[in-house]
Amino acid sequence: MTDQTTMLEPNFVPYQENDEPLLRVSGVTRYYGDRLGCTDISFNLWPGEVLAIVGESGSGKTTLLNCLSTRLAPTAGAIEYRMRDGSMRDLYQLTEADRRLLMRTDWGFVHQSPADGLRMTVSAGANVGERLMAVGNRHYGNIRATATDWLERVEIATDRIDDPPRAFSGGMRQRLQIARNLVTHPRLVFMDEPTGGLDVSVQARLLDMMRRLVADLGLSVIIVTHDLAVARLLSHRIMVMRHGKVIETGLTDQVLDDPREPYSQLLVSSILQA
Amino acid sequence: MPVRLYLNSVGKSFVMHLQDGISLPVVSNVDFAVETGECVVLGGPSGAGKSSILKMIYGNYRCDEGQILVVRGPDDIVNIADAAPRRMLALRQDTIGYVSQFLRVIPRVSAVDVVAEPLIGQGADERTATARARELLARLNVPEGLWSLPPATFSGGEQQRVNIARGFIANYPVLLLDEPTASLDAANRAVVVELVDEKKAQGVAMLGILHDLDVRERIADRIIDVTNFRQAA
Repeated sequence: MTDQTTMLEPNFVPYQENDEPLLRVSGVTRYYGDRLGCTDISFNLWPGEVLAIVGESGSGKTTLLNCLSTRLAPTAGAIEYRMRDGSMRDLYQLTEADRRLLMRTDWGFVHQSPADGLRMTVSAGANVGERLMAVGNRHYGNIRATATDWLERVEIATDRIDDPPRAFSGGMRQRLQIARNLVTHPRLVFMDEPTGGLDVSVQARLLDMMRRLVADLGLSVIIVTHDLAVARLLSHRIMVMRHGKVIETGLTDQVLDDPREPYSQLLVSSILQA
Repeated sequence: MPVRLYLNSVGKSFVMHLQDGISLPVVSNVDFAVETGECVVLGGPSGAGKSSILKMIYGNYRCDEGQILVVRGPDDIVNIADAAPRRMLALRQDTIGYVSQFLRVIPRVSAVDVVAEPLIGQGADERTATARARELLARLNVPEGLWSLPPATFSGGEQQRVNIARGFIANYPVLLLDEPTASLDAANRAVVVELVDEKKAQGVAMLGILHDLDVRERIADRIIDVTNFRQAA
C-alpha cells in the first residue's frame, strides 16, 4: 500500500471562504476513573472533509471517536453539530430521542468488525432495508429496489440479496456494512479501523470503493486507523494522537512527508516499504 | 510582468528526533519571485534543496521561516507558510499544479479519467475534460488502446506521460515542474517543451527542476542557483 504507484490523492474538498464547520469539538476530555482516555481535544470538521485520527493502540483514538459519535459521554468539553436546518446544537444537550434519530439518519458508523454493525442472521437486503425503514420507508418494493441498488454500488452480486452476512466473506461483510450505513445518505460517517483484519488485496478494493463513495456523496468522515497508508489514501487532514493527546495535526501529506514531532517521525519511519 | 509567486526569506531545516535531534539545514534566505508567463528553473547539485523548495510551495513540506506568497485572485494573496489545510487544498485545486515524475495511480480508474480529473475538479464538464484528456494523451504518444485502461500496468514511461498530461490539463496560474522530462525520449521531450511554451503564452508562472540541459535551455527564462541559499554551516 505504500508503493508510490498505488498511492493516490483524496478528492478535493469544495472550499468556501465563509463555510461553517459541520462539527465543532472543544476541549473534549474523557477519563475512565483515574485513567485518561483522551484529553483536551479541539478541532473543527468541515463539510466534505475526511479527517484521519492516527496513533498506536491505547493512544485514545477510539475513545475520542466514541465521544464524538455520542457512544461515550465525555468527562468534559463540548461537541456541537450543524443540524440539517443549519442550527448548531450541542450533542450532549440533545434529548435521547433526537440523538438516536441523528445516529439513524444523518450519521453512519462503520465498525472494524462487521458483526458489530450488521445483523448477521437476517438477509443482506434486510440489513440495508432496516435503516430505510428506520427513517420512515414502508413500501416493500421501493425498499427492495434501493437495497438492490446499494448492493450493486458496493459490488455485491444482487443474487446474494437474500443471503445472511454469515454466508459472506470478510470483505463482502465490510462492504455490506458500508451500504447499510450510506443508504440513508448521512452527512457524517465515523469509521473505526474499517480495513483492519482484511487481506491486503481486499483492503485495496474496499479503500478504492470508500474513496469513490465519499467523493460522490460529499460525505464528511472521521476515520480512526493505525494504518498510515489508509490515512494517506482517504484523508485530507490528519491528527496524530499519543497518550490521549493530539500531538500533531495538519494536511495529510505534510504530516506524512514532513512530520515534526518525535513520535510522528517514529510512526512514519516505522512503515514497511512494500 | 506581474508577480505570481514570491518567496520571501524562506528557510527550512529538518530536525531528526530519531537521530538525537540533529538539525539538518536545507535552505535559508530563499528570496525570489516568479512572474506571469515566465519559467524559472532552479539550478544546483543534487541535495542543494531544489525539491524541498518545490515541496514547500506545494505544502508537502512545512516552511519554517519566511513567507511564500501566491496570488490566487486580484484581491487574494495567500501566504502558504501559514495557510490552513483547507486553504492549501483549495490552492491545489485552482491555483498551483504539480507535475512530478511519479504517477499516483488511482486503482480501477482509466488513464483518460485520471488525466481529466483535475480539469473536472476545476468545474469543466466531463465531455470537455475527456476530449482535452484524449488530445493530450495523443500528443504525448500514449497508444490509444491504453486510454480506457487503468495505468497500473503501463510501462514506467507510459505512466510518466499520463502524469504529465494530468499535470498540464488544468488551468493553474502557477505550475511546479519536478523533472517532468526525466527518462523521456526526444520526441516526447519536445512535446513537453511545446506544452510549457503554450502555458507561458497563457501567462502561467512556472518554477521547475530540470536536469536535462537541452530542455532547460529551451524553456528556462532564468536559472536560479539554489546553492546561494545554503545555510552557512
